[in-house]
This record gives sequence, C-alpha cells and structure tokens, in this order.
Amino acid sequence: MKTIQSKYDVVVIGSGPAGLAAAIAAKKEGAEDVLVIDRDLEPGGILLQCIHNGFGLETFQQDLPGPSYAQRFIDEAVGLGVELLLDTMVLDITSQRKVTVSNRFMGIADIDARSIVLAMGCRERTRAQIRLPGFRPAGVFTAGTAQRWVNVEGYMPGSRFVILGSGDIGMIMARRLSLEGAKVERVLEIMPFLTGLTRNYVQCLNDYDIPLQLSHTVNRIIGKNRVEAIESVQVDERWNPIPGTSEIIPCDTLLLSVGLIPENELSKKAGVRIDPITGGPYVDDTFQTNVPGIFAAGNVVHVYDLVDWVTEAGLASGRSAARFATTVRNSEIRHIPLVAGENVRYVVPHELDKDNLANGEIRLQLRVKTPIEAPTRIEVSDGENLVTRKVEPYARPGEIITLTISPRAYDDVQRAGRLVVSAVKR
Amino acid sequence: MPQNYDVVIIGGGVVGCMTARFLSRTSLSILLIEKDADIGMGASSANSAIVHAGYDPVPGSLKAKTNVAANAIWDTVAGELSIPFDRRGDYVVAVGSEELPGLEKLLEQGRQNGVPGMHIISAEEMRHREPNINPAVSGALWAPTGGICDPFMATVAAAENAVQNGVTLLLETAFEGFILDGRKVAGVHTSRGDFGCRWVINAAGMYADAVMHKAGTHPEFKITPRRGEYMILDKAEITINNVLFPVPSEKGKGILVTASLHGNTLVGPNAQVLDDPEDTAVTREGLDDTWSGARKLIPGLSPRGVIAVFAGLRAMGNAPCKTPGVDYHHDFLIECDAEVQGLINLGGIESPGLTAAPAIALMVMDLMKEAGEKLEYKRSWNPIRPPRPRFHELNREAQDALIRQDPRYGRMICRCEEITEGEIVAEIHAPIPARTYDAIKRRTWLGTGRCLGSFDMPRVVEILSRELGVSPFEITKKGHNSAFLQRETKNLEA
Amino acid sequence: METEVQRMICITCPKGCTLEILRDGDVIVDVKAGCKRGKDYAHAELTDPRRMIASSVVIEGALHPLLPVYTSAPFPKPRIHELMQTLRAAKVQAPVKMGDVVLEDVLGTGINIIASRDMTRI
Repeated sequence: MKTIQSKYDVVVIGSGPAGLAAAIAAKKEGAEDVLVIDRDLEPGGILLQCIHNGFGLETFQQDLPGPSYAQRFIDEAVGLGVELLLDTMVLDITSQRKVTVSNRFMGIADIDARSIVLAMGCRERTRAQIRLPGFRPAGVFTAGTAQRWVNVEGYMPGSRFVILGSGDIGMIMARRLSLEGAKVERVLEIMPFLTGLTRNYVQCLNDYDIPLQLSHTVNRIIGKNRVEAIESVQVDERWNPIPGTSEIIPCDTLLLSVGLIPENELSKKAGVRIDPITGGPYVDDTFQTNVPGIFAAGNVVHVYDLVDWVTEAGLASGRSAARFATTVRNSEIRHIPLVAGENVRYVVPHELDKDNLANGEIRLQLRVKTPIEAPTRIEVSDGENLVTRKVEPYARPGEIITLTISPRAYDDVQRAGRLVVSAVKR
Repeated sequence: MPQNYDVVIIGGGVVGCMTARFLSRTSLSILLIEKDADIGMGASSANSAIVHAGYDPVPGSLKAKTNVAANAIWDTVAGELSIPFDRRGDYVVAVGSEELPGLEKLLEQGRQNGVPGMHIISAEEMRHREPNINPAVSGALWAPTGGICDPFMATVAAAENAVQNGVTLLLETAFEGFILDGRKVAGVHTSRGDFGCRWVINAAGMYADAVMHKAGTHPEFKITPRRGEYMILDKAEITINNVLFPVPSEKGKGILVTASLHGNTLVGPNAQVLDDPEDTAVTREGLDDTWSGARKLIPGLSPRGVIAVFAGLRAMGNAPCKTPGVDYHHDFLIECDAEVQGLINLGGIESPGLTAAPAIALMVMDLMKEAGEKLEYKRSWNPIRPPRPRFHELNREAQDALIRQDPRYGRMICRCEEITEGEIVAEIHAPIPARTYDAIKRRTWLGTGRCLGSFDMPRVVEILSRELGVSPFEITKKGHNSAFLQRETKNLEA
Repeated sequence: METEVQRMICITCPKGCTLEILRDGDVIVDVKAGCKRGKDYAHAELTDPRRMIASSVVIEGALHPLLPVYTSAPFPKPRIHELMQTLRAAKVQAPVKMGDVVLEDVLGTGINIIASRDMTRI
C-alpha cells in the first residue's frame, strides 16, 4: 500500500508534460518534497496515446513519438525523487492550498501544499458544444477517445470514418486510422482555412488520399443506434449552411476534432480567476494565478500547439512554485497588465512583474485572430511607444507565436502602465 | 403451452413501471415487457424532470386530476423508492405587463384543480429570488408544491421495487399482438413467444394507439409525436436554483429554465409535431428555438455553457376530456376498454405523465376493482427500494468509509459528475442490471457532464465487459446494433 | 530547354514552408527553400520519398495490449503498407525498455523498429 506524507513543498496536479516538467524544475530549484498526482494508472498524460512522432524538435532537437517524449521526463522526475501518486482523483483544492484526494488505497486524504502547480491539461470540445444536429447514436466520438482506443487499448471503434475538424489531432487520427486499415472518407473543416499544421495536411491527409473540405461542416448525424451516415454541408462566412450543398456521406463513425478546452473545474474551486478568452487562469510571468501559491502551466492555461512550449511553461512554473514554497516572498509586486491589441486573440502571461525583467527575459505567447500569410510584425508597446518587436514569416491562428521582452527593455517597461501586443502585416 | 400471468404490462416507461410497482402489492402474477434493451428508453428518457404542481392542465381533465393527486403522494413514493426528489416549488414568470393576466388565469386554474399554496409575487420579489431573471419581469406565480426529480431513477426505482416484489421483467421483448377469446383478453404474442394473461395494461407510450388498434378497438385514437429539444448548461457556468416557466401560450407550456438535481441547468423544450415516433434527432432550428425561449427568462445564459443537447418525444393523444362541458381533446386516456374485456388503456400520457404516473397506477387498480378483480394485498410486499450509494452526495467521512468497505468507490471513472467504479459495478449487478452504456448513464448520470463521456467511455466499456463476462465488442450504447467497438487494432480479419 | 516550377509543402518542421523546385524533366535544377533541411527534403521527396512511421505492435504481459513503436529512420513511402502488415504480425513480450529494437532491419530496409516507451511486466 502506497503511503504519502501529509505535507509537501510542491504538489503538482497532473502528470502530463507540464506537470512532469514542473515537478522536475521544482526539485532542481530546491523544493524538498514534490508530489505529482494523476488520475491515470501511469504518468505521462495524453502523450501516452499520442504515439505519432513530431515531438521534441525544440526541446531535444529530435523527432520523437509522444510516449518517448513523456518517458524522458518520467525517468528524470523519478530519478530526482519526485513522488508519484497515481490512480488518484483530486476532489478539491482550497485557496489555503489544501488538496483533498481520493483513491482505492488511501480512501479520502488531505494534503497540505506550500505551493501547487495546476497542470490538468485540457479536454476536447464535444458535439453539444458545437450543437451538432441529428441523432445520438453510438459511433460519435471525440478524436481523443478514438485515439485512446486505437493506440492504447487496441480496439478500432469503426471502419468508415468522417472527421470533423482539421486540427492536428483530427488529421493525425486520420493517418493512424488509415494505417490500421480503416477508410477515412472525409475531413470536414468549418473554417475557410486549415486549423492544424500544414505539414500534417501533407503527411496525414495527402499521403493517404483523404479528401479535405474547407468551409464544410456536419449538418446532421444519421442513424439512431449506430452512425449510418452523416450529412455534410457547405457554410458561408458566418457558418450558416448554404442551401443545396448538402451531401450524404455513408460512414459508421464520426470523429470530432473541434477544439480543446482547458480543464479548470478544480482551479475554480480554489478561487482561481479564469480568462474567458483562453478558458484558463489569469497568470503572471511566473505562472502564478490570482491565488498566492497556486501556479498553473501548460494546456490548463491556454491550449498550446507544441508540447515543447508546454514543457517550457511547466519548467518555469515549477521553479516559481519551488521558490514560493522555500523562500520568503517579496510582497511588493508591481504588476502591469499585458493586453491583446490589434489582431491578437490573447496573450499569456496576462500580467508581468516589472522587476522580474531585471532577472532575465520574459517570454510572451500569443495567438492571432485571423491568418496573415505574409510577413507579420509582432509588436509590444506601452500604448504609444514601441517596447519590442519581431517579424514572423506568417501568422496563423492555429500556431502560437512566441516573443521575448529582453532585459534591455527594462527602462521602457518601468515607465509603462500596461503593454499592448499587436500582430499586423508588415 | 404459453406461460401464464394474471397481468401483462406493455411498456417499461415510467407509467408501465409505476403501474407494475403498485400492482406488485397484490397477489397477481405480473409480467412487464419492454421492447428496448432497458427500461425508460422512450419518452421517459428525455423530459424536463419536473414534478408539476398541477395548475397547468385544463380543469376537469384527467391530466389535472392525476397530476394533483400524484403531486400530493410524491414525497411518499420518492421516499419509499429512494427517488431523488426536491419539492422546491416553481414559478411562472411574466415578462412585460401584457403577460400579467396570464398569471391570474393560471392561479384560478390551479385553484380549480386543487393546487395548494399558490400566490402571485411581485417583480421585485422575483428578482430577489432569482437574481438572473430577465429584468423586464412583471410578476410571477409561485407554486410551492412543484418540484424536481431524477426522472430516470423514478422509472428504474419503480421497476426495481416491482421486481423485488415478484414482477417478471422481460427486456428486448416486443408486443406483437393479442390472443383474444372472443372480445376478451387471453394473452399476448411477443417477440419472445406467447404469454397467457387475463389483463393487458397498455402503457406503450408512443405506440399505445397501435396496441389498441391490434385489439380492434379505438380506431379513432391516434398518438402524435411531439418532439421537444433541450440543452443542459454546465453547473460551473451559471447557477439557477429555481424552476422557471414562462407564461404559457397556445403552443404549450413554453420553454422553461430549471435547476436539475445534479446542479446543471436544463432549458427546453420546444414543440414540434412529427410523423416518426422514433425521431429524437436534434435540429439546428429546434435548438435555436429552445435557446431564444430560455434567454427570454434568463438573458444572461451563455452558449459557452452548453454541455449537452438532446430531444425527447411527447406522446400526444387525441382523447376528449370526459367531464361534461369541458372542451379539451388531448386528455389522458385511462380506462378499461369498452370493447375488449381485460384491456386497460393508458394512452396519450404526455406531460404531466411523469408526475402523474403514481396516480395513474392507483387509478389502474381502481379500474380493475371496478371490473370485478378482487385485489388481495400481499403481506410480504416491501414498498422500500433501498438506495445505492452515490459517492458525490456523501460527505468526506462517509466517502472514506465507503472506499474502505469497497475500494472500487475510490476509483473515479466520470470526472465531471464524479461517478466511481463502485457505483457502476453496483448498477451492473442491481436487481435490474444495467447492461448498456446508456443504462449506466441514466442511473448514475455518468457521461452527462461537460466532457460528455469522452474520458469515461473506454473505461465503462471495459467495466461492462469484465462484469458481464462478455467481449468488449458486445458492449453497446443502447442495445441492438449500437456497439462501440468493431475489431482489434491489429486484427484486420475480424 | 524547358524548365518548370513545382511547389511542395515542406514537412520537416511545423512551419510548413512552401518550397519551389525548378525542374528540367527529371533533373532538379534548383530548390528555393528557407533552410537547408527544406532543400534536402525537396530532393529526397522527389527521388526517394520517406516518412517517419509510428505505430504499435502487440505486447504480452504488460498493462496495455499494444506497445507503441516507431521507425529508426524515415521509411520508404511506397513500402508503408508492407510495413504495416509486418507490424500487425509482430508480437513482443514485456518487459520492454524505450529504445529497444523490436524488429531489426525491417523488410531489408536497414531500418529498425524501436520501442517508444518502457513497458514493465505485470
């Protein structure tokens, strides 16, 4: 029987890439007792079912499959003496950082944490959230559910698929299913552009002759018991179906890859404030939420495009959490807000501590609202004067843009009351 | 030789199951047949979960009579059967001064129907009681006897108690026709063979008319399916603690916004007349109707909060109200058939059918007595259906004790609704075993939260397969032809 | 002499640049790309297209029935179907360590099939 302590320096909730990185960094930063809690039977999170390669190009300069990427961090965490509490559900977190868990071997237990890192990741948007009309038969699954079955549990949930959503998960599942002998009839995308990475369009759809239809969606699910077909339809720019464009596509399974939502129900219980745009907590440049000592990193904050950035955020949050747990804190924090300006949907962090810029660069991540397929200027200003800028070869809503504010801008930032980030065509 | 029963009940919806439960008190031998893979899969599977006060039905109608009579005994029934039920009262909310007269009319109707304790409250009072209400509220009717329940457990609990008391339940058993001895019931043909009986209780819901027509009676009676579309909103997004109806129009009760016992907010239903009694598809237009109706009461509802959409069917009948002077043509039909001896028809049981079901069951017993059946009460009858533990309803100490007793309650399967493996296993091995994903969903509310089962589905398929001792390929969502899985990933041959 | 311009999306990294290839029949005259990896990709894609393949093989004695695996190097695209058949027929026994060679020199390509993760014996 597993026993754990009742007090930890740092408790990390979630053992995906953000959580593992946070635990590793916390340990390296000097936290003595670090505990990672996860619902699953093994650590690694959703990476374990992402058996495709393409992970780690930034972190390891290697093209790794998801499980290999996870394994490296699992091995490092275990090597450093991070404790894992698996097969365990966190029922509650308080603003005083009491964590209540339940599992089979301990029953209900309370753990006091000096600091907490929220790393619960995200969940998939469902058919209800996009109000998909039609029956509710078996055979309508989120792409992630199908991925779990096909890649981990060894079952195929269908033989003829239609996939709604051209995000990376959808396209990658299209390839996986094709490789395993299923027929993917169509990928439908309601937007007039691809929402996942272009290279996935090439190597996941083109390579397997899977047709993609932009500005198309599912108009109706047909079949009362099991999916028998779907009716697709073309939409106008306001997503309204265009009459006369519907088509019946026979299939037995509809996979939904229509977006991810940060999973913050626990965060809310602890009084963490949530940004309605990202769906994740408001965080500062140390990844601290509005609740002192509660940090958040990874997809729980905002949905990332690359795991490497998730790891980086995890590392940063873990360092901050360890410092919070082990040192006396400066109560005089001088935060200024970071604001999404022209063509920027959101920017993370939401605010930064002006003084931290003296210690090193601060990294901003943002998503644009509309795609710009031309060199794009990403600018940070104080509202009037430029603080820093960079030029990206293009800007797409599906890909996160990273921008750093260097310590050289220290003086400019000290004068600023806020920082506005914009992305405009050069 | 066919097997013989005294009574065959056709239809395992809430009406059939409640009737079975009340009749199980007698020494009669009873068979309850249901065509689907589980009880409560028809109209009982998708409704507003309201125990109505009874001010809405036309005075003098059977709807009014059974509604008010049943409302008064719901505490007892829910208590005996452990049906989650909360008599928190309901409101009819007038928006704009032009709707105020509608409240007076309902109040008067409620008085005629015998609904206790109703009164009209001011707009200010309504805003105080429901801070999210439309600021243009002009007043509201308060009915303290209204309530909300778990409609799935109402059906399951009634059937389970019936089975405990000796009723035989056959699932996936479709009624095919009558065996008549002249104009007298002698038995039924079903998809599982013939059964002899003296009484047939027609609780066939959407197909009650077809059953009558098979007996050659009530050629004029017709069920018209009326679809209602609903949306469920995440408890984390908005909290509505009340049951809020709009002022009814000719079209019906209108779109309500109500708390559910699981903390989520339910909005709906619209009303659309259909031909197909199986058409529970949701439509773009229907959801738009539902949404705009709901926003009339609570303008602050956000589409981000929608976590589930579904549609249910109402079995609207065309039976005229038998009370002299009442001109109403969609009443319940509750009668001993005049043409066929031994046939009891329960037809056109739409809203308030869930509320009224216990009273309908008691009326059936009265009808049988009037027809000369001597009902003897069994001494051994046990009206109590013991509840099964619900992890998320317990305090931490009780949760801890439960896990120590059975560690499976320590493994969370549905993270949104906090349903544990222990609860799922208990439902699979209950007196009426839950054998499909939806059967577990209806009993535990697993998979009804914001992820709609994305995380729990593989786990539930695994647990069902293990507990039932069948291959995972045989595990279905809702019975026949609704399997989740087709083959092993690495086995192309299967 | 007639040259033609062919466009191709590079899949080497997530950027997904469009490469321009100047061809004279089968001869590649020039490739316009943002980086050297892009140039190399274009040449390879036109002469010997290859893909990294990640899949799984049946494993016995582990927590899950499948072990995720991947190719040690990009695999010839025309033979992917054959590779999948080979993987379908393969079976390994737990325990396995990440990096273990599950199949050596698969289909004579010189490419190995590598375990993507550890799987302990249970």
